[in-house]
Amino acid sequence: MSLLERLFANVWFTAAVKVVAAFALLLVAVILLVWIERKIVADMQNRIGPNRAGPWGMLQTVADGLKLLFKESVVPRKVELGIYLAAPIAAMVPAFLIFMVIPIGRPFTIGETAVTLQVTDLNIALLFVLAMSSLAVYAVVLAGWASGSKYPLLGGVRATAQMISYEAAMGLALVPVVLLASAQSAGDVGLGTMSLSRIVELQQGSFRWMIPGWFVFWLAPSFVLYFIAAVAETNRAPFDLVEAESELVGGYHTEYSGFRFALFYLAEYLNMFNVSALAVTLFFGGWLGPDFGLPPWIAWVMPLFWFFLKTFLLVFLFIWLRATLPRLRYDQLMDLGWKRLIPLALVWLMLFALVTAFRTWGAPWTEALG
Amino acid sequence: MVELVLFIIFGLAALFGAVTTVWARNPVYSALGLMLTLFSVAVFYVSNGAQFVAAVQVIVYAGAVMTLFLFVIMLVGVDRAEDRRENLPVQRPLALGLLVLFGAGVLVAGRFAWVTGAEGGRGAEGTVEALGSELFRRWVLPFELTALLLIIAAAGTVALGLFRRGEAEGGDEGEAGEGEEAP
Amino acid sequence: MPQTDLSAYLPIALMFVLVVGFSVVSLFLARLVAPRHPTPEKVEPYECGIVPLQEPVQRFPVKFYLVAMLYVIFDIEIVFLFAWAASFDDLGWYGLAAVGLFTFLLIETLVYVWRRGALDWNLPRRRRYQRAGAAAGDAERTAA
Repeated sequence: MSLLERLFANVWFTAAVKVVAAFALLLVAVILLVWIERKIVADMQNRIGPNRAGPWGMLQTVADGLKLLFKESVVPRKVELGIYLAAPIAAMVPAFLIFMVIPIGRPFTIGETAVTLQVTDLNIALLFVLAMSSLAVYAVVLAGWASGSKYPLLGGVRATAQMISYEAAMGLALVPVVLLASAQSAGDVGLGTMSLSRIVELQQGSFRWMIPGWFVFWLAPSFVLYFIAAVAETNRAPFDLVEAESELVGGYHTEYSGFRFALFYLAEYLNMFNVSALAVTLFFGGWLGPDFGLPPWIAWVMPLFWFFLKTFLLVFLFIWLRATLPRLRYDQLMDLGWKRLIPLALVWLMLFALVTAFRTWGAPWTEALG
Repeated sequence: MVELVLFIIFGLAALFGAVTTVWARNPVYSALGLMLTLFSVAVFYVSNGAQFVAAVQVIVYAGAVMTLFLFVIMLVGVDRAEDRRENLPVQRPLALGLLVLFGAGVLVAGRFAWVTGAEGGRGAEGTVEALGSELFRRWVLPFELTALLLIIAAAGTVALGLFRRGEAEGGDEGEAGEGEEAP
Repeated sequence: MPQTDLSAYLPIALMFVLVVGFSVVSLFLARLVAPRHPTPEKVEPYECGIVPLQEPVQRFPVKFYLVAMLYVIFDIEIVFLFAWAASFDDLGWYGLAAVGLFTFLLIETLVYVWRRGALDWNLPRRRRYQRAGAAAGDAERTAA
């Protein structure tokens, strides 16, 4: 056994390496994401966007982060200090934890030790994601409440109602994915149909002819429902009523300044990246993609390339929406969530279950009739 | 070994959360204490191999129910200083007596196998699939009854939350005056 | 192959520690390097530059509570649906029937709540429902 192999056979070493790598990767991803968004929105509005710090302004986010580090963090008089200080951290934790269960590349082996390009492969990964995103609500409601000020409180309560409404829609939209995974792994029950690595594996092969076996071809309505819910869940335009600057100043983080604000900002962009990466994993085959018969020493990069390319395309969709659509009114927002998305998700789930059942087992009465 | 360490750490955390829930003067801190307790219990589920139950614990209790509690706290308004007068004179001795009774109950119940389960009872891993089969075959009636319970909950919420039919007109204006449009 | 043992949760604990550590250290660092000159005006709650005239509202419309309650109901539904979907293949038509009944009851709940106007955030529309309801109530009372 080589030294590297022995190290990776150790649970603690593997965990530590993966966690640090994922943390660094997420930070770099956010830095690039903010820059990409500013550049794209600038292009769409016929502006130049950031172009001073670094090549094409790429280091603008780093500069902004450093600036916020050196800015005064005002603590207003009426805050509830403990919760006020804890809220930005509470926003960061779920944002980083969600990414841990998403596989970003093909597993490889060092000697005989298998290493997955996924921080941890839970058998309840999908529920873990839902659990973390339901905890993300706390940062918002606590920040709003602890600020002891009008606009944050209004923004916080508004945000909570919005996030929980769309959380329900998001959960319902994801059930068909598990259902399809269960139907496709016929006979292999017990392998964990909620494990994201398993869901990616099941998307290998082809749907029809040249079309890859991505779940989106079965579950296009689910993807649309999920994506709308995800935009609302991350409080992005056109659902950014949480920080509707024309009515609520800055929403729940009005009273946050300096680096505390930077942490909220970081978490928001991380969430956008996370929901895109999750959509790629569940609907677009994750890291799967052709490697064009490249030699092995370079072919291992291709899964990573495909994963990040697909994720970037979805992130682009987010940015595109922001640059295009005006903000919804609050009653429109709640109507869309409760009166459109949730009923549609329920009906689609039942429809899909019926069709899948017919395809898998035939009509239920054939058995009874003999 | 790992399980023992986890049990000690999160057992203390659960106790701390429970004490905070009762002790805190500010109801929001009480809610957060309760959340800590619920979360610690989720960790216990994980360390016993019941991952699905742990996830449900976090999603339903720490996620949904606690959000509801926070809303209710904000709904009735957070009075910064809670009135701590005790209305029942025998409250404290009664609580102490109940505590002793409960402790004795736990000690006695722990001697029966049907309480503790089989010796070293870890059983099969609580995979979601195994749990699903069990839930929908053996426990299908309670499962359907849950739906009825949820209907009752919804009906009760509407009955309490919205104004009764006869009072619709008057009630509405009062509500609008409270800044209905704002949040 | 997903892991089911406890070691799968080790990275989660490590990441939790790392994120909290990063946040605390960076906030502490910011405290060291950032200036601090609080003035009475600066630490007032934000009010677009004017002196705050009143305390922030401490009470909220009951509708937010309704939404949270509905969320609890649907969350429980979602959890059950996930358990069913994961063993969909194992349960067959029987499972579909059981969940179909459950979902039907849930849709019924949604319809009821919807008809009662609990999902209406648009005030004029809710008034319309309630007026219709009040009229129906009056009719019942006169009939009795």
